[in-house]
Amino acid sequence: MTVLADPALAADARRERRFFLSLSLPALFIVGLAAILPIAWIIRQSFLTTGGEYTVGNYEKVLSSGLTWSALVTTLELSLGTLAICILLGTPLALALASARPRVANLLMAFVMLPLWTSILVRTYGWLVLLRREGLINAALTGSGLTAEPLPLVYNFTGTLIGMVHYMLPLFLLPVYAAMRDIDANLVRASASMGATLGQTIRTVILPLSAGGIVSGSLIVFIYTIGFFITPAVLGGGKVNPLSIRIERTLSTFQDWGSASVLGILLLVLMALIGVMFLAARRLLARNKFGAAHA
Amino acid sequence: MKSLPITIDSVRKAYGSYVALDDVSLDIQAGEFLTLLGPSGSGKTTLLMALAGFVRPDSGKLLLGDRDITRLAPNKRDIGIVFQNYALFPHMNVLANVEYPLVLRKTPKAEARQRALDTLARVKLDGLSERNIAALSGGQRQRVALARAIVFEPRVMLMDEPLSALDKNLRETMQYEIRRLHDDLGITTIYVTHDQREALIMSDRVAVMNSGRIQQIDTPQQIYDRPSTRFVAEFMGEANIVAPGSVRRIDGADASRETLMIRAESFHLDAKLVGRDGVALEGTLRAKAFRGENWLLTLALDGGREVLVCIPAALAGGCAELATGQRVTAYAPAAKVHTIPGAVA
Repeated sequence: MTVLADPALAADARRERRFFLSLSLPALFIVGLAAILPIAWIIRQSFLTTGGEYTVGNYEKVLSSGLTWSALVTTLELSLGTLAICILLGTPLALALASARPRVANLLMAFVMLPLWTSILVRTYGWLVLLRREGLINAALTGSGLTAEPLPLVYNFTGTLIGMVHYMLPLFLLPVYAAMRDIDANLVRASASMGATLGQTIRTVILPLSAGGIVSGSLIVFIYTIGFFITPAVLGGGKVNPLSIRIERTLSTFQDWGSASVLGILLLVLMALIGVMFLAARRLLARNKFGAAHA
Repeated sequence: MKSLPITIDSVRKAYGSYVALDDVSLDIQAGEFLTLLGPSGSGKTTLLMALAGFVRPDSGKLLLGDRDITRLAPNKRDIGIVFQNYALFPHMNVLANVEYPLVLRKTPKAEARQRALDTLARVKLDGLSERNIAALSGGQRQRVALARAIVFEPRVMLMDEPLSALDKNLRETMQYEIRRLHDDLGITTIYVTHDQREALIMSDRVAVMNSGRIQQIDTPQQIYDRPSTRFVAEFMGEANIVAPGSVRRIDGADASRETLMIRAESFHLDAKLVGRDGVALEGTLRAKAFRGENWLLTLALDGGREVLVCIPAALAGGCAELATGQRVTAYAPAAKVHTIPGAVA
């Protein structure tokens, strides 16, 4: 930091810093009101009986229940499944977008972004129309004789996964596309001039240089999907029960605020763990950036 | 290492109505150092990228030796390229960058490492092999780019304004080093630049390009002293294009009726330094500037046209005393007066 000898100049500098800090006050206020307070309230709730006395019984009940653990497994299955499909579909798509001519890329990007401009409820019910037994896809499949019976595409894990991937793909794509577009085209040319095939260039140049974007995109997918409610509720048909649905059911069926709070805290801890893992991954990437990569 | 000749046969490339390469033909001999010189937009980089395989010509042929490479994929051409911004891989260290082409060629690990280290030593980068690219200076990055382009012993090397990002002193050092490297390896080299001094210093031959065409291809001296077009004359330095009739012969003989080109530094202020068959030009001194190694005088001829006269400081006795508005006569020896064929001033 610079040392300003003149007290008047130093005072100016302080005033300037104070002004810029004060710009964050509205945001701090809202975060405090909308996030910190409710979380504190939930933590308090988790230690209270329905009668309002202090207890650890909620934790004992929830953590010893098989339903909790199967919900946790379903949550992770949905998140990891969505993430895996997003990586498999989104990475090549981002690469295609990044290497397309600007005008084509903008057009394709508009198509990718279209779902983001539509309400999630509308989209989810849209999938219902497409995927159900008498839906468009099954009608086409049975009508053309490709399958004898309609496929069970909805009211199960598959349907939920389809809906979640549809929601998450654009959000995964954005950071990956941004990272790939920032790669200097001459790096790709240089790689080719030294004898690399397209596959080798992708493996040794493009993917390592866009790994940061892929990690960011994966983090976004995880944060969103771990608390997904509407999609499993509508497309899961009661058979797909992640933590979010267990929380809702605990509240609406049993009015058990204590247990619901414990489940909420479980979700929060899961999210924190994953956040830490991703930060570690990003750190590792930054450190390994300069190691020799081999084709 | 056996270097190969390159043949460019009426290569044409248009982007819409803009013609980047207008039927360019060029023969480069094996082991030659040829520079493509021209202003931006002249087509020189497009031609280089066509050779590299990154620009697909609309028509024409590219031959490497007697092999037609017009449709060959860039990664099969075996051409070393140094890019304008170096294009070093930021996620690999110096050694990994230089080993990269060898690893692609499945060179055994120990051998690849040794060859990369040897090449780094050749470009004077020994000891920096484990450095990150981000920790290198511009000059060092340039050397890594060079090492990476020659380590796999390509038979042709292409360089796209490799020195344009360096400061003047470093640029001059690198000019000599690149030329020395070329002489050591004997590798056919095509070098692109817009810096005419760089082209003169480095090249066996220079091809001057403008609006998608090669204007002239010749040795540096010929290009400089005997430009074949007005564009080449003016692009290559302080050239005065003198209309017929505005000069007189010192011996009184008939002055040329053609358009003449006289370089600013060909002039003297002393008639005795020029032979009897030299020419004289008289005009009013408009401006004078001291540029260290020389004085630059601007003379207005009687027709209004301005002529630049450059007098070396060592021979410039009296230049300091000249006053603007004064009549000045400048003399040039006949050998330095060049007729531009077919040009109209």
